[in-house]
Amino acid sequence: MVEYVIEMLNIRKEFPGIVANDNITVQLKKGEIHALLGENGAGKSTLMNVLFGLYQPEQGEIRVKGKKVNITNPNIANELGIGMVHQHFMLVEPFTVTQNIVLGSEPTKKSGVIDIDRARKNIKEISDRYGLKVDPDAKISDISVGMQQRVEILKTLYRGAEVLIFDEPTAVLTPQEINELMDIMRSLVKEGKSIILITHKLKEIMEVCDSCTVIRKGKGIGTVDTFNTNVNELASLMVGREVNFNTVKTESHPKETVLKIENLVVKDSRKVDLVKGLNLEIHAGEIVGIAGVDGNGQSELIEAITGLTKSVSGKIELNNKNIMNKSPRKVTESGIGHIPQDRHRFGLVLDYSIGENMVLQTYYKKPYSKAKVLNYKEILNKAEKLIQEYDVRTPSVHTPARALSGGNQQKAIIGREVDRSPDLLIAAQPTRGLDVGAIEFIHKKLIEERDKGKAILLVSFELDEIINVSDRIAVMFDGKIVAEVKPEETNEQELGLLMAGSKVKAGESNVTE
Amino acid sequence: MSQNKLFTVLVPIISVFLGLLAGAIIMLVSGFNPIEGYTALWNGAFGDSYTLGETIRRSTPYILTGLSIAFAFRTGLFNIGAEGQVIVGWLAAVWVGLAIDAPMYIHLPLAIIAAGIAGALWAFIPGILKAKLGVHEVIVTIMMNYIALFVTNDIIRNVLTDRQTTTEAIPASASLASDWLQSITLYSRVHYGILIALFAAVIMWFIIQRTTIGYELKSVGYNEHASRYAGMNVSKNIVLSMVIAGTFAGLAGAMEGLGTYGTISVMSGFPNMGFDGIAVALLGANTALGVVLAAFLFGALKEGAGEMPTGAGVPTELVDIIIALIIFFVASSYIIRWILLRFKKEGK
Ligand SMILES: Nc1ncnc2c1ncn2[C@@H]1O[C@H](COP(=O)(O)OP(=O)(O)OP(=O)(O)O)[C@@H](O)[C@H]1O
Ligand SMILES: [Mg+2]
Repeated sequence: MVEYVIEMLNIRKEFPGIVANDNITVQLKKGEIHALLGENGAGKSTLMNVLFGLYQPEQGEIRVKGKKVNITNPNIANELGIGMVHQHFMLVEPFTVTQNIVLGSEPTKKSGVIDIDRARKNIKEISDRYGLKVDPDAKISDISVGMQQRVEILKTLYRGAEVLIFDEPTAVLTPQEINELMDIMRSLVKEGKSIILITHKLKEIMEVCDSCTVIRKGKGIGTVDTFNTNVNELASLMVGREVNFNTVKTESHPKETVLKIENLVVKDSRKVDLVKGLNLEIHAGEIVGIAGVDGNGQSELIEAITGLTKSVSGKIELNNKNIMNKSPRKVTESGIGHIPQDRHRFGLVLDYSIGENMVLQTYYKKPYSKAKVLNYKEILNKAEKLIQEYDVRTPSVHTPARALSGGNQQKAIIGREVDRSPDLLIAAQPTRGLDVGAIEFIHKKLIEERDKGKAILLVSFELDEIINVSDRIAVMFDGKIVAEVKPEETNEQELGLLMAGSKVKAGESNVTE
Repeated sequence: MSQNKLFTVLVPIISVFLGLLAGAIIMLVSGFNPIEGYTALWNGAFGDSYTLGETIRRSTPYILTGLSIAFAFRTGLFNIGAEGQVIVGWLAAVWVGLAIDAPMYIHLPLAIIAAGIAGALWAFIPGILKAKLGVHEVIVTIMMNYIALFVTNDIIRNVLTDRQTTTEAIPASASLASDWLQSITLYSRVHYGILIALFAAVIMWFIIQRTTIGYELKSVGYNEHASRYAGMNVSKNIVLSMVIAGTFAGLAGAMEGLGTYGTISVMSGFPNMGFDGIAVALLGANTALGVVLAAFLFGALKEGAGEMPTGAGVPTELVDIIIALIIFFVASSYIIRWILLRFKKEGK
């Protein structure tokens, strides 16, 4: 008989107006990596929050090592050896790694004083065992997102987790970091841990997972072994229809220049130059993709264009009009839309309803308000329309944005920005956290906008997205555009090299310095 | 959603009930009859039209300070400075009342507006310091309270009077007092200010719920970054929120200066209307209607307290304890929520 470490049997969880989990069963074997796959809003995060004790199921049974348990809060989950790495990290920024990890379970000396040395040694040990390479004394605010995620992993291991739940861990990582995370996961299961992994990236499932449970609209569809299946089958199981992976796209017909950037210099909050004399032009009717390793100035470039950060020098023109260092409102009104990389920080007011969020940039205009008085009827009508069109799955327009699943929050933002049909649409990681069906839809929308004669700036860490969607690829390295290539004349290897700063010219992908 | 709404209504009611219950137990333990005590409290607050008038009079400034704190809170700010804003509003109202000679339809509105502007200015300073320099509003508003107290006392002694502790009474042309209201309440001090306070509650509800101003203010309170992204001016909104909150508190001062007393006196300590306003806002769940109801409850408790020593021999301090207990139970609403949820689950 197979030994299961975790069994979730016939779980049902309801929210007002929606059944998030309807009779779902997941069984996790010891030492395996088990994927949870499902469309945005299918109920994956909810199911894992039930396992972690954040939600109480209305029905069903949870067993740990065959014994029935009642997990009423995360502390009990911890005691049972269940740890969770949330998609949105829960770390205290000004604290060090060690301080963050011991927070809430501080080891003490006999005198009652916190024994931080012992903790540090302990953390170092765990970090070395699993190849996490975390510096116990680094401050959270100083380390990269990838590192922060490892701190979260360490935190669960430090508390003795035997089962680790990862909710979309790779959505925030660069390709490099994703590979490293996979190695870490492999070494975790080698040491006898078991892992549940939520991801929308089918390739990742095929690569590291042993089995995969598919959820569709809150219902369990079944569990498959990965050596028995393939990407296409997984996709159709999940969506319930065939999915087209190759974006269909006609040739672009670029027209006049929409965005013109010359010698742009931008500093970050610590006064370090991050954009260092950048030049870029985007024309009406084309999609320009920016490829680059995270931290090479992409975020600062976008914030400078949109007016969220002040530029030091250079020129930014939209339709031949200067927009450099104008207020975000002026920039928006002059015809720029922005799908921000960090949806919780910039994209949404989580405590507002999804309806209210749909007019975040237009609330002060007719018909949404008149003489400063809001017209809720018009606002909700608009919201209903966008929710329909972009397939945002929410119980109602009145639901707080916070209660939507991650992917549906993203779809709402995209709907809002694309619908304003701006002359220049900046899309930063637009499909992060979206399921394959939604990705296909969003790509289609971007291309539609292009064909309407709009200019689109796409920033993405997903190289296949860049190659599939862009008409022109600009490679960004160390604050500058270092190369421009045509998507049909390049491949991921060449892009990877260019992004790492090696000086290959387009078309000579085999020649490196 | 609807469950949440039910809770916002239920939790304060249960808190009040528990506070009263705890007060009864304390009375019992200290050897007083709680039924007599609460009867005296009731009679002291609603016994006849005079006490009713006084209860309304006492509630009037609480409505306004409660609105002030609730408004700031809804937009993510903590206005501890209502106290000082009340004092400067009071001073400004009386000053204009004394300094100007004009017919009532000019004089009275002018005095009221002066109070609002004074409160607004007093709140503008912490607002601008927060917006431009990131200084926390709690610290600055507390300092502003002391500045208001001492500067006002000095102005009363040295500018408005010649080393007296109380100013002359304002002329009838600047007074909110109403012969008619007084005559139907056995000559209590109830005045037209209650209409202003209720109107202010409507204004607060309207601004917060129905206007683009409220939409921006709340948005900035919830998420500064997203608001900036959406093109809102975060600094402007922080200042505006404080200014509106300060206006409400300043008007509370006008209620005292133009309505209840008609004068302003040197104060040995804070009049506490601003601090009580925090409790009113909390009990009223930071909504306009809730604040009005909570203010009446506070007014009634404070007014009725006067009757408890004579009517039942219970010391007035006990009423303060009961109010403190009510606040305690509201503040620990988490526990009440939890218990309610428990009951709901078991009831299923
Ligand atoms: N706290 C909540 N209150 C109300 N509804 C909720 C809440 N949390 C989730 N939901 C709803 O439950 C459903 C499932 O959400 P869940 O977050 O589990 O989806 P998911 O599978 O993780 O999706 P994604 O891939 O987009 O993250 C969604 O329709 C969502 O709107
Ligand atoms: Mg999710």
